[in-house]
Amino acid sequence: MSRVRVQFFITCLLDHLYPHIAQDVVTVLERQGVLVEVPAGQTCCGQPAFNSGFWAEAASMARHFLDLFADAEGPIVCPSGSCAAMVKHHYRDLFADEPEQLARVEAVAARVREFSQFLVEDLGVEHAGGRRARYTYHPSCHLTRELGVRGPAETLLDHIPGAQRVPLPEAEACCGFGGFFAVKLPVISSAMMNRKLANIEATKADVCVVCDASCMTHMNGGLIAQGKSPIVKHLAEVLAES
Amino acid sequence: MPDLNQRASIALQDATLQQALNRTMEHFVQGRLQAFAALPHGEALRDQARRIRAHTIAHLDEHLLALERSAQANGTQVHWAADAAAARKIVLKIARENDVRRIVKSKSMLTEEIELNATLERAGLDVLETDLGEFIVQLAHDHPSHIIAPVVHWRVEDVAKLFHQHLGSPLDADIPQLLATARSALREGFLQADMGVSGANFAVAETGSVVLVTNEGNGRFVTTTPRIHVALVGIERIAPTLRDLGTLLQVLARSATGQALSVYTSIITGPRRSIEEDGPEQVHIILVDNGRTRALAGDLAEILYCIRCGACLNVCPVYHNIGGHAYDSVYPGPIGIVVTPAIGGLAPWRELPQASTLCGACVEACPVRIDIPRMLLKLRAQSVAEGYAPGWLQKGVRLYARAATHPRLFRWAARLARIAQWFAPRSQGWSRRLPGPLAAWTKTRAFPPLAGASFSEQWEKRSHQ
Repeated sequence: MSRVRVQFFITCLLDHLYPHIAQDVVTVLERQGVLVEVPAGQTCCGQPAFNSGFWAEAASMARHFLDLFADAEGPIVCPSGSCAAMVKHHYRDLFADEPEQLARVEAVAARVREFSQFLVEDLGVEHAGGRRARYTYHPSCHLTRELGVRGPAETLLDHIPGAQRVPLPEAEACCGFGGFFAVKLPVISSAMMNRKLANIEATKADVCVVCDASCMTHMNGGLIAQGKSPIVKHLAEVLAES
Repeated sequence: MPDLNQRASIALQDATLQQALNRTMEHFVQGRLQAFAALPHGEALRDQARRIRAHTIAHLDEHLLALERSAQANGTQVHWAADAAAARKIVLKIARENDVRRIVKSKSMLTEEIELNATLERAGLDVLETDLGEFIVQLAHDHPSHIIAPVVHWRVEDVAKLFHQHLGSPLDADIPQLLATARSALREGFLQADMGVSGANFAVAETGSVVLVTNEGNGRFVTTTPRIHVALVGIERIAPTLRDLGTLLQVLARSATGQALSVYTSIITGPRRSIEEDGPEQVHIILVDNGRTRALAGDLAEILYCIRCGACLNVCPVYHNIGGHAYDSVYPGPIGIVVTPAIGGLAPWRELPQASTLCGACVEACPVRIDIPRMLLKLRAQSVAEGYAPGWLQKGVRLYARAATHPRLFRWAARLARIAQWFAPRSQGWSRRLPGPLAAWTKTRAFPPLAGASFSEQWEKRSHQ
C-alpha cells in the first residue's frame, strides 16, 4: 500500500511563533505513516484581512495560497480550524466574479482538512500519542461551527492511556480573540477571555487543549499577563509527547 | 458620545447589570435547546421556516399587495409609511380623527424603532405600555435592552424598589405581589383607553390578519377593549398563508422562550362585525418600510428573514458580557449589529458590525439560519470601501498583504519584528508591551516571541542537507 501523501498548510502563526508545534504536527502525522510535504513560500491565508473587510488584499493573499497548493497532490492538512475554514468556505466569496479562479478555489477547498479531522475521520486513528494528564478541551469557534468538526479532538484525547478529560463549562463560548476584534474592542475581548480563563481554571485541568494557535495565543497571553502559567496547548503539541 | 469601547466598559463595571445578565441568559439558552430537542423534526422545521422566510422576502411585493387586499376585504384600513416620520404621522392622524385621549400599547420593537411614544406624548396623548417589561421601562424612563425581554437588565429587587416609589407596593414585595401591583395599575388603563397600539409578530397575507403572541394576555386586551386598534407592521413581517404561520409560530416560541407555543396567540382579522358584541370598531394596519427596502435591494436582504425571537442575543458572548444598552441601537446583539446599519445606513452605525468575533453562535441558534457572520463580513468590506477603517489598520493590512504575497519579504519582515521585539518588557518570555494600536492587546495579554527561525526556514535547511 502506498503512503498517504499530504500537503502541510503550516499557517502563519505556527510558522513564525510556534515552529516547534508545526514540527509536532509533522511528527504526529509521520508516526501514522503519512508522507508530509511542505509547499515552499507559504505566508498567510489572508483571514485577518478578510475578516476586517479588506477583501482586495485578502484576495491577493488567497491567490498566492492557490498558486502554492493548487498543483500539489493530496489532502491539504491544516492545524487550525479557522485558517482551514477561511480556505474552505470564504475563498469563494473573494472570487465570486472570477469563474476561472473559482474553479481553482473549489478544487483546493475540497482538499482542505483540519488536523484532528484528518487524523480521526480520514485516517481512522484514535490513539495518536500523548501523555497522561488531566485535560480539558476548548472547541474553537470556526472548527466547530464553520467546519462542523465536533468530536475528533476529544476522541484523540480520550485515547491517551491514563489521561483524564474533564468537561469545560461553557465550552463552546468564544474566547474573545476574533482577530483584530481583540485590538479594536479590547474591553469586550478581555471580558470574554476572563470568563473563558475562569472556566478553564474551574476544571483544575493541567492542560487546556485547543486546535487553533490563535485562540491558544489569546488565552495563554491572558494567563501570562495575569502572572499564571500558560497551560493552553495545541492538540499537536499534546499528541507529539509520548 | 462615548464610543463602543467606553460604553462596554461602563456595562462591564455595572454590577447590577452583570448580575441580571448572569441570572437570565443561560436560562433562555437552555430553554431553547430543550424545546428543540423535544421535537423529533426540529431541524427540518427550521429548514421549512427558512424556506418560508426566503420565499416571502423574495416575493415581498406580491405578498404585501395580497395582504392589503385581504385586509381591506375584512374591513381593516391599510396605510403605507415610507419612513418613521410618516408612520408617526399616520398614528397621530388616526388618534385625532377619533378624539383619542388615552392609548394602551402592547410590546412592539417597531414602535421603539420609530420612536412613537415621544411623538404621542408631545401631542398630549396619554400612553401606557402594558407589557410588564415595557411598563417597567416606561415607569423608569429607561429603554428595552433585549428584543423580547425588555428588562433583562433589571433584577427583581430593583423592580420592587421602582414599584414601591411609583405604585406604593412594599419595598420587599415578591414576584406575585409585584405582578398584582402591575395588574391593578394596568387594568384601569385598559378600561379607560380609546385606542390600542400594537406591533405584529406576523401579518398573514392570505387572510389579512395581524398576529400577536404574548405571554401576559396584554396583547389581547390592547386589541379588543379600546374602540380602535392600530397595528404597526414592518413590511418584512409577512406570513403568506395560515399554514406558513403555523410553522413560523412553532419555531418562534421555541427559539424565544423555550415554550412550545406562547401563552396567547391572537389572530386579529378585521374589526368587530355587526353580529359581534366585542372588539374594536376600527382596525388599522400601518405597513412601515423605514429602510427595509434599502436592505432588500442590497446584499443584506437575508436579515429581513428575522422573526425577532432574540435567540441570537441569548447565545452571543458579546451581548452576554455587555447587555443591550451598550450597543446604543434599538436592536442590540447579533441581529442588531446587522439590521441597524442595513436599514439605517452604515455611516451612523459603522462601529456596530465590529462588535463580533464572528464566532458563529448566532447562526447556529437562529431558527431561520440567518448567516449573520457572512453579513457582518459584507458590512465590514463596505466599511473599508467607504473609508471608515482606521488609518493604522488600512496601512497595516496593505503592508501585510504586500509582504504575504512575496515570501522573501514576509521572511524579512518577520526577522525585523523579531529584533524589534527585544526592546519590549517581557514576562515568561512573552512581550508585555506592543507598539501603537497593538498596545490594546498587551494591556491585558502578553504576546509570544517570534521564533529565531521559522518552521519553513528550518524545513528548507533540513531538506537541503
